[in-house]
Amino acid sequence: MFDSLTSHLSATFSSLRARGKISHNDLDASCGQMRAALLESDVALEVVDSFVTEIAGKSMAALASMQSGRNQAQAIFEIVNSLLIEILGGSARRVRFAKNPPTVIMLAGLQGAGKTSLAGKLAKFYADQGNTPLLVACDLQRPNAVTQLQLLGASIGLPVFCPEAGNGVGDPVKVARDGIAFAKAKQHNMVIVDTAGRLGVDTQLMSQACEIRDAVRPDEILFVVDSMMGQDAVRTSQAFLDGVGFDGVVLTKLDGDTRGGAALSIASLTKRPIMFISTGEKLSDFDIFYPDRMASRILGMGDVATLAEQAKAALDGDTSKKLEAKFASGEDFTLEDFLDQLSAISKMGSMSKLLGMLPGNAAMKKQVGNFDDGEILRTKAIVQSMTPHERVNPKIINGSRRSRIALGSGRRVSEVNTLLERFIAAQKMMRQVRSGGMPAGMGTMAMPATAPIRPELAPKKKSKSGNPAKRALEESQ
Amino acid sequence: MGLFSKFIAKFTGASAFAPADWAELEAELLASDIGPRLTRDLLEAARRVKSENAQEAMVQALSSRLCLKSRLPIINQGGMSVVMLVGVNGTGKTTSVAKLAGRIKASGATVVIAAGDTFRAAAVEQLQTWGARIGVEVITGKGSGDPAALAFDAAQRARAMNADYLLIDTAGRLHNKRDLMQELEKVRRVVEKITPVSEVLLTIDATTGQNGMAQAKIFSASVDITGIILTKSDGSAKGGIALAIESELDIPIKWIGTGESTADLEPFAPESYIRGLLT
Repeated sequence: MFDSLTSHLSATFSSLRARGKISHNDLDASCGQMRAALLESDVALEVVDSFVTEIAGKSMAALASMQSGRNQAQAIFEIVNSLLIEILGGSARRVRFAKNPPTVIMLAGLQGAGKTSLAGKLAKFYADQGNTPLLVACDLQRPNAVTQLQLLGASIGLPVFCPEAGNGVGDPVKVARDGIAFAKAKQHNMVIVDTAGRLGVDTQLMSQACEIRDAVRPDEILFVVDSMMGQDAVRTSQAFLDGVGFDGVVLTKLDGDTRGGAALSIASLTKRPIMFISTGEKLSDFDIFYPDRMASRILGMGDVATLAEQAKAALDGDTSKKLEAKFASGEDFTLEDFLDQLSAISKMGSMSKLLGMLPGNAAMKKQVGNFDDGEILRTKAIVQSMTPHERVNPKIINGSRRSRIALGSGRRVSEVNTLLERFIAAQKMMRQVRSGGMPAGMGTMAMPATAPIRPELAPKKKSKSGNPAKRALEESQ
Repeated sequence: MGLFSKFIAKFTGASAFAPADWAELEAELLASDIGPRLTRDLLEAARRVKSENAQEAMVQALSSRLCLKSRLPIINQGGMSVVMLVGVNGTGKTTSVAKLAGRIKASGATVVIAAGDTFRAAAVEQLQTWGARIGVEVITGKGSGDPAALAFDAAQRARAMNADYLLIDTAGRLHNKRDLMQELEKVRRVVEKITPVSEVLLTIDATTGQNGMAQAKIFSASVDITGIILTKSDGSAKGGIALAIESELDIPIKWIGTGESTADLEPFAPESYIRGLLT
């Protein structure tokens, strides 16, 4: 996401940095480029113009009080960054929990924005944190929206309140009201109300949304927006704001290659914070929106904070402690450990998604974006086709074992060979690291005392040498 | 130039002001989602036309960007016509399939629907409900979840039933997911073992911004789009991205979706679309 905007903006900044002293003309030219990039990214014209005007004004003032040199470009960069963060809503805002449960969250938006999927994701997100959400199916319009919510609920093991089958029959206001009563009776501490998609210009459906709102008295109304939306985001969000009103925004389908300018427009014009983002088809592809991280991302500074959090969550305590102990005790790193690591990596999500969070230029990331996540799966299949004994003693894997493993994993013998070669090289490197020497090519990686996880990750990366993912990781360090 | 020229002028003190008309036109064009590049080209073209009325000059300039290909449905003469609907998530494929089927049935031809969205929860049921409403048979999978297998099956059955049309619904997919695009290619490839695919329609949500271009490009490269259905045109969005696509990729808009009932699908009318962009 935001990639194209990022590459345009980074081009603008690198040309600014290349200047010794930034003249008014340079600044004008940069502002022009910025304007074009923002428009190309679907940011609404009025937002673009006020954004660029403000940047120009602030930069002008900053330049007047500064000497020439790199600092000038940096100062402008910081002005853009802080303004972006400001527009995107300042700091991350969490859902306000009701003093007297249940906390009621109501979803609203256009048709096809992704409300129903989001209801499932939101429910899972809060259930994972120990809440007991109840899903209420108030989209009685779209054929089988109710069934969809039921299936989603079943897949995450959460109850769905759906007294009406939908398909155009039933009163969504009554369902909403009964849903709240049901939640109170069953002591759910949270209720998520899915509603039918409606157009901003449809006054009849908008007043129905108001009736649902008045019936459930939500603590949060979330406006769900497709991140691929264009200039109409302005009118539509205003229509929803005036119609049913909303407290926060959720951006969906951010895993596409959209430039996501609608996010900037909506946040800037409605002054409502973007609270969540949805980034994939899986129910876990969902996260809190962090304005500062998103601003860094737009400006090509990467989103290291999110990456670190995901790594921490995925590499669960046990795995990393086990490895840490192993590393300290001088035991060899085995294929068994390698398998654990691979599983942890795939738990963190797709490689291209992870790499997208790293700082670096957008062109390189684009190349990296083609990284085949199947690679991890295939590697896992090969290791899993080995016997436990083989995994601990890879040296015993002779020709006939190799062909058995290839057959078992559905890969070619040459692939098994490559994997083993790389693994043994990595093992060797591990020993070297332990004995204090820094193997060539490891760069400036942090060492055990401060970051126990990293040395273990290192050989795994090494074992993938030659693929673009590894290059990206190395270049970023 | 527009608003931008105004504030730049403050710093440089030397910029010539464009008439307010042009600035307003630029704003309108941009707001319609045709994109900054097309906006710039069109403004230049319109400036060259020395017309008193900028609005009329603009209608001319916009119309000249429309694709010249036929907007009629492509049918397979003397055999079964197969239409695939493809697009990103939430653009209205399933609803459009139902509307198209309703239209075809009303014209007296026989039509069968293949419920090829085997991914999204309850998508098959959604189509079955539609099928029951309009009285069209919906072929569903045997639980394997493989859309290509289902499409193959449906093509065989539709042919055995002597249907005039087979409409294939597919799961929504973001165009940057390579594996999902390959899955789509496979659906087409497999159906063509039975019978040629006569038409592949891409649904574009009228609220879509410049990303629509990427969608059209990639879907077209993958399954060779023959036309566009511009859905949700009944809202406040003008759907200008469709013109940008016509202009750049030479793919005609064939249908306009304007509501939630089966009757809300109309053949594309270029004239009123162009005027709509400027109102």
